[in-house]
Amino acid sequence: MSEGLEAEVKTNPQGDPITSVATPPPAAEKIDPHGESKKQQVVTPHHMFFEAERKREFITGSEAAKEAVRRSNVDFSVAYPITPQSETMQLIGVLYGEGYVKDYYRGEEEYGVMSAMAGASRAGVRCFTATAGPGTIRGLEPIVSWAGHRLPAVAMFTCRVVNAPLAIQPDNVEIAYLLNSGMIVFHAENQDDLFNFLMKAFVISEHNDVTLPVGVCCDGFFVTHARGYVHTTPREFKLPPRIAHDGAVPVLDAENPPARLSRDAPVQTYNIHAVWQQEVWAAVERSRKYIHRYMGGLIQTENEDREILFIASGSAAAQSREAVRLCAEEGIETGLVKIASLRPFPTAELRKICEHTKLIIVPEFNYVGWLAKDIAAAITGYSNAKVVAGPHVYGGMSMPVEMILDQVVKALKDKTTVVVPRAMKDEEPVDPAAVGHFMQNI
Amino acid sequence: MAQRYNIRMAGLGGQGVVTASHIFSTAVLGFGGESTIVPFYGSEKRMAPVESYVRVSNEPIYEIGEITFPHIIMIFHPQVITHGKSYTMPFYFGLKQDGICLINSDGPMKLPPEETRELEEKNVRLYYIPAYTMALEVAGTDLATNMAMVGAIGAITGLADLPSMSEAVKERFLGKGFVVSGGTAALDSVVEKKFKKKQDLIDKNIDVVKAAYAYADEHGWRPKKAVQQPTEALA
Repeated sequence: MSEGLEAEVKTNPQGDPITSVATPPPAAEKIDPHGESKKQQVVTPHHMFFEAERKREFITGSEAAKEAVRRSNVDFSVAYPITPQSETMQLIGVLYGEGYVKDYYRGEEEYGVMSAMAGASRAGVRCFTATAGPGTIRGLEPIVSWAGHRLPAVAMFTCRVVNAPLAIQPDNVEIAYLLNSGMIVFHAENQDDLFNFLMKAFVISEHNDVTLPVGVCCDGFFVTHARGYVHTTPREFKLPPRIAHDGAVPVLDAENPPARLSRDAPVQTYNIHAVWQQEVWAAVERSRKYIHRYMGGLIQTENEDREILFIASGSAAAQSREAVRLCAEEGIETGLVKIASLRPFPTAELRKICEHTKLIIVPEFNYVGWLAKDIAAAITGYSNAKVVAGPHVYGGMSMPVEMILDQVVKALKDKTTVVVPRAMKDEEPVDPAAVGHFMQNI
Repeated sequence: MAQRYNIRMAGLGGQGVVTASHIFSTAVLGFGGESTIVPFYGSEKRMAPVESYVRVSNEPIYEIGEITFPHIIMIFHPQVITHGKSYTMPFYFGLKQDGICLINSDGPMKLPPEETRELEEKNVRLYYIPAYTMALEVAGTDLATNMAMVGAIGAITGLADLPSMSEAVKERFLGKGFVVSGGTAALDSVVEKKFKKKQDLIDKNIDVVKAAYAYADEHGWRPKKAVQQPTEALA
């Protein structure tokens, strides 16, 4: 109002200006908080992923997730601020304030969050949430039902240890619980992967012949809390919206339920269940072509024709890249296969690549070695490679690259390493001692 | 082939170990190399152990997490050694053969005979720099101890030169959107009050970097061959 009032600067007894009492900004400068988001322009997924100009930014994984959601035309997001978490859902709240996400609220707890995701997706909107560690497991009951309900949705899982003793660093054992949920599961290596995988996940999830939820996992803390280079697309662009009425499954209309699974005689529900699950996993298979189209395949490789291969996902893939370098310094030639998509699993790709491989090293950030088991199962009968489950680090410990080199040297020299039973070609007999050794040590 | 220097900085809460790693990493980037940092600490309190890890290379760095097997160790406070205030014991645990160890101490420290023997076996280049004293003399505050450590390691390795380190100091205090923890933000405001103006603060800090660089130079710690690029320093 009067100019005299504005000129006055209030100070505390030490003479510092008091900033907590904000002076109201002049009316002329009032900015529409949703202004920028209203100007966003819809582009095709192809343009967004392959043609749009990219800018290199040095940001955290949580910020990368925020930027991905900003560009993904998300309708609804629900958060539960459990610890350990990442800042992702807090940043999605910022996006809500800016109008990029149409609705957002804080759930009662993870069970409620994951149920809300189901409701929102069935109501026909594009939805997103992120959780971590124990939150994932608390929400697992609704999560494992998503695929069967054919709910397109994207959830980000930032792995932070779920088994005792609890820690807050990234141990990715929780991925083992998601692998058989019927979801599509991606594992991001770094912040850049997270940005790309999340955007692509929305598109893959909503294709009519897929219609499944996608879980985008990353090793929390290393990826969510640390900065890395992310090549972002312009923030003025967004993906096309979800068009639910064109979808494979009708949207929920509470007045007229589209389908009803009543508890009739067991013999009927058995059959329904079988057909239903068969179709869920067939849909997982059908997503392969979209993963190829948008992500360039389920795997990424580097010198995959070498006799010694590292096969890894997530942060272990990053460490394996460095292990390739360290091994080269020691005169050992190695190659790398990074698995980006865990479900669907790159079975055919691995069978082809590993045909002449002698040694496969599978470094993992967990105790159980879920990836090594999947790899061994996939290549059985197609490769004579020795599969070494390890090195492993537990409870979210960092994996020194030197540890991976050590494993290679050991595996080349002796038989004391923890080996997945050799993937046998038909005529070769099973070695019970090797199986026993594996079962005891893994 | 990619070359690599892994640096482990160990010190005490409040000394600016994480800040030093940020500044040195930025300096390396400014000098044309690649670099990443990983800070590692428990509760944020004065005199509690703090470590920060800097990776330097001539090619992109994919590795994440703490550095267990460093090429270089920097000890910001003698208590790291005498009180065991580090995450690994002894302080040189994991140091690679022919590694470098830079310690903030007014003179050579008396180490147990077995530690001296192990350091000799590893053929470690051990340097003692009076960083604390230097900070007090040049900047009038021990809060600039970390700057002396930055200047000295720049001189010893040649991974960053004086202009790039000075630029990194400026960027740290003037740069936009620099995110720091609550404890560091509080310390920043203390530092800013000590120096009347921000420019004064930057100048004093850069003076300490230069003094340490000169100290290393006088003692013949710099690489014999003049280094133009970090790639050469790594070779």
